[in-house]
Amino acid sequence: MTELTLVQAVNRGLQEAMRQDPDVLLLGEDIGVNGGVFRATEGLQKEFGAERVIDTPLSETGIVGSAIGMALYGLKPIAEIQFQDFIYPAFDQIVSELAKFRYRSGGQYPCHVVVRAPYGGGIKGGLYHSQSTEAYFCHTAGLKVVIPSTPADAKGLLLTAVHDPDPVMFFEPKRIYRSVSGEVPDGDHRVPFGEARVAREGTDLSIFAYGAMVPTALEAAEALARDQISAEVVDLRSLVPLDERAVVASVEKTGRAVIVHEAARFCGFGAELAALLAERAFYSLKAPVQRVTGYDTPFPYALENVYLPNAARIELAARASLRAG
Amino acid sequence: MVEAARTTLTSSGEAGSPAGLSVERLNDAYRWMVLARVIDERCLTLQRQGRIGFYAPLSGQEAAQVGAAFALQADDWVFPAYRELGVALVRGASLRSVIDQLIGNAEDLVRGTQMPNHFAFRAQNYVSVSSPIGTQITHAVGAAMAMQRRGAGRATIAFFGDGATSSNDFHAGLNFAGVFRTPTIFFCQNNQWAISLPRAQQTRSPTLAQKSEAYGFPGIVVDGNDVDAVCRAVLEARTRAVAGEGPTLIEAQVYRLGPHSTSDDPHRYRSDEAVAAARARDPLQLLKQRLVDAGALDDATDQKVWGAARSAMSAALEEAEKVAPVEPSSLFDNVFESLTPRLEEERSESAAVGPGAGAGR
Ligand SMILES: Cc1ncc(C[n+]2csc(CCOP(=O)(O)OP(=O)(O)O)c2C)c(N)n1
Ligand SMILES: [Mg+2]
Repeated sequence: MTELTLVQAVNRGLQEAMRQDPDVLLLGEDIGVNGGVFRATEGLQKEFGAERVIDTPLSETGIVGSAIGMALYGLKPIAEIQFQDFIYPAFDQIVSELAKFRYRSGGQYPCHVVVRAPYGGGIKGGLYHSQSTEAYFCHTAGLKVVIPSTPADAKGLLLTAVHDPDPVMFFEPKRIYRSVSGEVPDGDHRVPFGEARVAREGTDLSIFAYGAMVPTALEAAEALARDQISAEVVDLRSLVPLDERAVVASVEKTGRAVIVHEAARFCGFGAELAALLAERAFYSLKAPVQRVTGYDTPFPYALENVYLPNAARIELAARASLRAG
Repeated sequence: MVEAARTTLTSSGEAGSPAGLSVERLNDAYRWMVLARVIDERCLTLQRQGRIGFYAPLSGQEAAQVGAAFALQADDWVFPAYRELGVALVRGASLRSVIDQLIGNAEDLVRGTQMPNHFAFRAQNYVSVSSPIGTQITHAVGAAMAMQRRGAGRATIAFFGDGATSSNDFHAGLNFAGVFRTPTIFFCQNNQWAISLPRAQQTRSPTLAQKSEAYGFPGIVVDGNDVDAVCRAVLEARTRAVAGEGPTLIEAQVYRLGPHSTSDDPHRYRSDEAVAAARARDPLQLLKQRLVDAGALDDATDQKVWGAARSAMSAALEEAEKVAPVEPSSLFDNVFESLTPRLEEERSESAAVGPGAGAGR
C-alpha cells in the first residue's frame, strides 16, 4: 500500500500496465516530455521511451484513429485526450469506429482501446475545460464508461480497463486529482467493472454519485448525519456496465433517491438512473426521485460555483425527499 | 499589385502600401506593441495574485499581430484564437473591455461565460473565441463565402497557431477556400510551440506555408518579428482576396517568449538558452532600434511610451475591479434567445438555493 493522490494513482496504474505488457503504449498531446498537462504521465517517457509514450501532433482524430489501428493489429494503446472537452474531433472515430468494430465485423475485429480524459468543473476552466460529457458515450452501444472517485479505484479500474477486451472510456475527475488521496495497493490491483461501491452506509435515503461528486455527496451525508439523518452514498464507479442491482437494492432499503452529477440535467446519466428506479424499484419509492445536477446551460466561467452541485444543494434535495411522502 | 495596395486603407484610415509603413505608422505600431507587452506583464502578476483566473500571453507575437491588424479594414472580419489580444486592441477594443473580460465582471461583453482571453468584440468584427483548436478556420471561410455573395469587397482573416495546422478544420478550411476561391487570409503565427510540442514534431513539412500548395493557392513565409514585413504580406493577401483571386496562407515566424499560459511551466520542455536566443530578436527591440535609427525615437520618449502604457493599464484595471461581479441569474441568459420553461424553472431553483449555498467546495 502506498498513499497517493488520485492523479498519482493514475500514473502508477499506467506504469504498472506498461511494466506488465510491452504491447501497452500511450499516445496523446504533451504527455511525453511534459508529462501531461496534469502530470498524469510524469516520468513514463523516461522509463519506457518515446516509442511507447508518444507525443502526437495536435489532432484528436489522429490520436484515437491511430490508436484504433494499433489495437486492430494487436497492441494495447491508451489514448489521452487532454481535456474531455476536446474529444469531439475524435467523436466520429469513437462513436462510428471504436464502438462498432467488434459488432460490424461479426466479432472478427475486436478493438480494444482505452481513451483517458480528465473531465469536470471546479478549476475555473469555463466552457471548454470543465464539461462532463459522459452521457454521449453511455448512449453509444459498444463503449464501456468508467469514472473513479478514489485513488485506489483510479488505479484498479484503469488496470481493469487495460485488460478488458472492449473499448473503455476512462474519465478522470480532475478537480480532485490532487485534493483527494488515499492508500493504493501496490502492483497489479484491479477493480472489476459493473460493481458499485457503497461509500457510506445509510438507511434513510440513497445518494447516487460518481467521480468528483462522490466527496461532495459524502460531505452532504455528513451534514445530514448531524441532524440524525442517515444517508447512504453509492459510488457507481462504472456507468457502463452499470451495477443495476446495487442501485435498486439501495433504494429497496431506503425508499428515497437523490441522484447527483455535474453534467446538465436533461438527458444526463441521472435520467437513466431515475428510469431504472421507476422500472425496478417503483414500489419501494416513498418519494419522487430528486436530481442534483448542473443546470441546462453551457458550463460557465464566472458562475461555476452557481452551476456546480455542492453539498448544500444535495442536502436541500435530501430534505425535500424526506418531506415528501 | 502595388497600385491596388496603395489605395487600401488600414483600419485607422491611413494609407499603407507594399513600399512599407511610414515612420508615423511604425511609431503607432510600436505603441500598440508596448501596450500589449505591458498588458502581458501585468496579467501574469494579476493571475499569480488571484485577481484574474488565467492568462495566455502573446509576448514575442506583437509585431505579427499589430502588423496584420494594420493591413485590415474595419469591415473585414477577424476570426481569432485565444492569443490575439494585440489584434483586438488595434481594431479598437478598449483596454477596459479587455480587462472586464479577463476579470469576467458584470460589464464583460461575454458576460462572464468564458475564460480569460476568450473575447468577442462585435463592434470590431472580432468574432467570439473558442478554446478548441482550429475551429475558427472554417468559420472564416464560410464568412468569406457570404462576403462573396454580397459582393462587399471585404475579406476575412483566420488567426491560428502552428499546432492548429494539424487540426481537422485547418485542412477542411483550406480545401473549401481553395475550391471556392474565397477572400480569406489564413494567418498562422508559427510561434514554434504547441504547448510542449516543438514545431518540428508537429509536421514533417519544411514550412507551414507550403501546405497551401496542396490546396491550390499561394502560401508565404514572413518574418513575424518585422511589423512592416507582416503588414505588407497581409496587405498583398488582402488585395488578392478582394480582387477575387482567392485565399492566401501566411506563416508568420515568431517565437513564444512566455509560457503557453499561466498553467504552463515551459522549463519542463525547453531550455532557457533557446528562449534567450529568441529574445535577441524580440520584435519590440527590433522596432525600437529601427525607430531610433530613423531618428524617430529616443530613450526619453521610449520611457514615456512605456509609462503611458503602464498608466493606461493601471487606470483601466482600477476601474474594472470596481465593477460588480456578474449576476448569478445571468447563468441562464443567452442559452437561447429567450428562456425555455425548463430554464425558467432552473433559474428559480437556483435563486432559491441562494448565493450562500452557491459557493462550491
Ligand atoms: C482540439 C483541442 N485539442 C487540444 C487542446 C489543448 N490545447 C490548447 S492550446 C494547445 C496548443 C496550441 O498550439 P498552437 O496552435 O501552436 O497555438 P499557440 O498556443 O502556440 O498559440 C493545445 C494542445 C485544445 N485547446 N483544443
Ligand atoms: Mg504555437
